[in-house]
Amino acid sequence: MAELPHWNDYLPTQQPKATHWARSLEAKKVLLLRAMGKSPDTLLPTTMKSYSSTLTLFDRIWNQHVIKAGPSGAAIVAIDRVFLHERTGSIALKSLADQGRQIRSPERVFCTMDHIVDTFPGRGDETRMPGGREFITTTRVAARAAGIHLFDIGDPDQGIVHVVSPEQGIALPGLTLVCPDSHTGTVGGLGALGWGIGSSEAEHALATGTLVVERPRQMRVRFEGRLGFGVSAKDMILALIGAHGAGGGVGCVVEFAGSAVRDLAVEARLTLCNMAVEFGAFSGLIAPDDKTLSYVHNRRFAPQGPSWDRAVAHWRTLGTDPEACFDAEVVIDAGAIGPRITWGTSPQHEIAIDEAVPDPARESDAKRRQAMERALAYMGLQPGAPLIGQPIDAAFIGSCTNSRLSDLRAAAELLNGRRVAAGVKAICVPGSSRVKREAEAEGLDRIFTDAGFEWRESGCSMCFFAGGESFGQGQRVVTSTNRNFENRQGPATRSHLASPVTVAASALAGCIADARQFGKP
Amino acid sequence: MEPFVRHTGIAAPLLRINIDTDAIIPSREMKRVSKEGLGEGLFANWRYRDVASRAEEPGFVLNRAPWRQASILLAGANFGCGSSREHAVWALKDFGFLAIVAPSFGSIFHGNCVRNGIVPVELDESQVAVLAAAEEAKPGRPLTIDLENCQLVDADGSSHAFRIAEQARHLLLEGLDPIAATLAEDQHIQNFLERDRRERPWVYELPSA
Repeated sequence: MAELPHWNDYLPTQQPKATHWARSLEAKKVLLLRAMGKSPDTLLPTTMKSYSSTLTLFDRIWNQHVIKAGPSGAAIVAIDRVFLHERTGSIALKSLADQGRQIRSPERVFCTMDHIVDTFPGRGDETRMPGGREFITTTRVAARAAGIHLFDIGDPDQGIVHVVSPEQGIALPGLTLVCPDSHTGTVGGLGALGWGIGSSEAEHALATGTLVVERPRQMRVRFEGRLGFGVSAKDMILALIGAHGAGGGVGCVVEFAGSAVRDLAVEARLTLCNMAVEFGAFSGLIAPDDKTLSYVHNRRFAPQGPSWDRAVAHWRTLGTDPEACFDAEVVIDAGAIGPRITWGTSPQHEIAIDEAVPDPARESDAKRRQAMERALAYMGLQPGAPLIGQPIDAAFIGSCTNSRLSDLRAAAELLNGRRVAAGVKAICVPGSSRVKREAEAEGLDRIFTDAGFEWRESGCSMCFFAGGESFGQGQRVVTSTNRNFENRQGPATRSHLASPVTVAASALAGCIADARQFGKP
Repeated sequence: MEPFVRHTGIAAPLLRINIDTDAIIPSREMKRVSKEGLGEGLFANWRYRDVASRAEEPGFVLNRAPWRQASILLAGANFGCGSSREHAVWALKDFGFLAIVAPSFGSIFHGNCVRNGIVPVELDESQVAVLAAAEEAKPGRPLTIDLENCQLVDADGSSHAFRIAEQARHLLLEGLDPIAATLAEDQHIQNFLERDRRERPWVYELPSA
């Protein structure tokens, strides 16, 4: 079948010089064609709506934060929270201090140690990453000098930034939050607008309390229907990226909606928004609802008392109007999504777990075909081969995508009373020290360790290789993380992205396995 | 930051799609809390046959003449996707790149380029392919990036209009310090904060930790 050009090619690439540009009906028509042609079994036709003056969740957050709109679509936007970590925040703090610039609102700036801290029990400032100690000590000294809140090594609330910010009530519905880290959009699961920035932009946000932002286009992705047994938010986002590409959301803020999204628990919504960046999106968002409010209530930095009531009244007004219009809309039948897994070196190289590895010869686009061929060579896979049954060397549960309590519970349910296959290195790294503590209070740590998993201190750990610990040359890993790039988890390491239950099932089987084969508990 | 108005240089073709910032600079090459000296780590996993000894991979484009001296990179769609690490841009700049020509860019990478005086030139895939093919056929032919007029001028004199957001173009052309530019709008910020504190007090009054 001849491949249609990617729908994104048809979106207007330059915004008209208006503060609120007209939504492109043409783009939606193309998207409709694309959706119909690409994968008719999982995509339903898109809804066409005429333009109206109604507002989306993003419009409302954006409008609330615009300090000064420029003539070309860019605006000075207020930043409510800045979060930093030792890997890229250290340089921002150092550079700012070197320039003699002050942090405008240090009480709204937070910092954690997550990226290169060791995750072995009894850890200190020493890390296996060469030079890692300098990042940790520089960050600590700079954070203290700047008077910002630091979740240091040993702090009971230390953890991965995108796990800590919702957990501590630092991210709240309707807020803007930035961090020099690409997965900052995670907090969209609460209805907060978060996005990743570079270190220089972090300096800008720290010094001014603002950023200059190009207003993104808006896309809605509706997952309608009910997810099947053994299917989770991770499978939903992988299915989306597979269908529309790792650049499918470039230039867009994506609102996730539909009955399957409303049915998701808040932690799963965080997972969904976490990987919006792997879709190329500026950020992901989900409208706050009662589940969001009960999640946020009584968090450490969330508003209390009368302030809480006032905030809730505001948050309840944030949702997208029923007739609001988007630049593009995708509708996905959630009931048709099974467990997904990546076979290649881009998140778009993904398939249903029971599908065969695709054949590049059937890809008509030369660039995509070359990328597929290169990925197959790197991954040591043959076109047409099944992934199920492919022997693995390691299994990893962790990262800002899938390391929250619900992720660990789901994996533990499968691991309970079972043993990891001989020869498989299996590691679980809770997303925060608090997640770890809560998991231990439920006895999950015993389930993991009895099954043969290592049980670690919290941090980003082996989601990426920084020169320290790695999975090693040519090792095949099933991983609950977010990136399967070449060498991401170690030199020549072969990463297969999947949900925590798929990782657990594969660890038990010693090969890539479908968690559904273990049956319902 | 040096203003960027116009630049002529050699363009290296690297037309893979979805080149991520992990590929542009692997994390282990970010050895110090510094923006300096990162060019050596640029594309380390592709550029070196043995990363530790820095033994070069002779087939990689930046190890071949004349592209060792390239200051413009021709790349595939979604260039710079993935990690937010600004080190990717610092490494490109340290190597000598001043412009990246691609059909689309990772959004954080795009912002990082603008902050560091590298022009992200957005051109249709077919046009990038034509430029790359011409470059392969006759290596070393100079390209000119004319930011003032948003034109990429080929060695044969033909020119391609390219896209860049006006805000980014303005910052690059003027070589502005974006922080200073925003601080010049401080009265707007003060006014906003005063109003917003009344409307959304919970944003500003954090419970004391």
